[in-house]
Amino acid sequence: MWYVAVAAGSFRRYATYRIATVAGVFTNTVFGFIVAYTYIALWDERPHLGGYDQAQALAFVWTAQALLATAALMGGGGLDELQERIRTGDIAVDLYRPADLQLWWLAADLGRAGLQLIGRGVVPMAVGALAFPLALPGDPLTWGCFLLSVLFGVLVSFALRYLVALASFWLLDGAGLALISGLACMFFSGMVLPLRVFPGALGEVAQVLPWAAVLQVPADVLVGARSGGALWRGLVFQAAWGVALLALGRLVQSAATRKVVVHGG
Amino acid sequence: MWVRSALAYRTSFVMMAVGNFAANGLDFVAIMLMFSRIDALGGFSLPEVAFLYGTSGVSLGLADLLLGSVEGLGRRVRDGTLDTLLLRPVPVFAQIAADRFALRRLGRITQAVLVLGWSLPLLPVDWTVGRVLMVPLMVVCGAAIFAAVFTAGAAFQFWAQDAAEVQNSFTYGGNAMLQYPPTVFARELVRGVTFLVPLAFVNWLPALRLLGHPDPLGLPGWVDFMGPVVAALMCAGAGLAWRLGLRAYRSTGS
Repeated sequence: MWYVAVAAGSFRRYATYRIATVAGVFTNTVFGFIVAYTYIALWDERPHLGGYDQAQALAFVWTAQALLATAALMGGGGLDELQERIRTGDIAVDLYRPADLQLWWLAADLGRAGLQLIGRGVVPMAVGALAFPLALPGDPLTWGCFLLSVLFGVLVSFALRYLVALASFWLLDGAGLALISGLACMFFSGMVLPLRVFPGALGEVAQVLPWAAVLQVPADVLVGARSGGALWRGLVFQAAWGVALLALGRLVQSAATRKVVVHGG
Repeated sequence: MWVRSALAYRTSFVMMAVGNFAANGLDFVAIMLMFSRIDALGGFSLPEVAFLYGTSGVSLGLADLLLGSVEGLGRRVRDGTLDTLLLRPVPVFAQIAADRFALRRLGRITQAVLVLGWSLPLLPVDWTVGRVLMVPLMVVCGAAIFAAVFTAGAAFQFWAQDAAEVQNSFTYGGNAMLQYPPTVFARELVRGVTFLVPLAFVNWLPALRLLGHPDPLGLPGWVDFMGPVVAALMCAGAGLAWRLGLRAYRSTGS
């Protein structure tokens, strides 16, 4: 129950950044337009590239913009704060609290993601649907599967960012690693280009890496590139990466907390 | 000082520099992946797109290196630390620009210069002295235009303290757009970045002239050479906006 309160608090906290949210919506929409036009040019040259038709490709663009903040595709997403607490040593206080560190931050991240999905996801998607012909599902069931897939994607994204933040226990200043992991996420999640468009072996490898669970799978569910058995395989793929990475996070966490030395003063 | 402090965490600095280099490279990797499936985008070949990418990237990189820090102004207005800067006998603008000066931003310029250098010999251009000189002139004017956008965006934050992201859509968003040929975009969008926020003068218009592509808006030919004038006007406007913003500033009192 504690963790529900943490999630709700985090949701409310991000809800207070109203101007920042509006500014973010504006940016997501501008980038959505730019990428959408380049994809139109690309799919004009090569129709059905990667198995998408143009309407599916355009829906992919706007899904990516909607999930950019939600799934923290560029990294960060509040966990830079954990990283900062580790660097300054405030983490010692957190470890005394009667709450589990990983679950605490997971709850906070889910609250953040929920607000971002509503605050920064819905409006760009609606603008995109008005400006371009998007392949969006008509039945509520597919939308439900999409939301479930987004939740799993956020879990995987959190698990990855949590590992990056914990690395600060060893690196002290983890900003460089955070940047590189954010880039890996941008590239291998399909944000830069849908993974199905990647040529040959690169595409096949990219589709089994954990980042594919963050954007590529949810987007495929929404644009109708995954249905029936493929849909279930996608969800299982996401859940498996989520469980594996969260477990790894626990291992690293226990190694890291054994390392903390608190200086009295 | 900021350079030395960044170098203190050496592993992180190296990762930051590599990351910055790769961050901008990522866009180009996407372009190359696209061209692994196609021969031309909007009627432009890969070297031509690389030329657009390189010129825009170097311009933005220069502006970002000098003035990129100004986007932190909103934070300073929010937490009240701007007041400290007002007390010092150095122009606030210079202090803000030097604040957290980040050498790692060289990564962006290096990467863009490499792409630009790679594209130049592959372009179907009959190089004359005038055409050769056009390239550095383009880059410098482009940097001035982006610098004006950075400054105007920072001035806007005196009023909207939380809206640093709006600035990003014009600088990084503009850069993302200028990497692709104007033929890719809807005509209204091209009009917007020509007449409203004249980013088209950073590279589109001079590059179209250089590469011999027709201008999608059908503007008279002399417009292609207006880059320096546009840059000067924009810098003057941005300077004015900065003064107005600074005068309108009210301390949070915290």
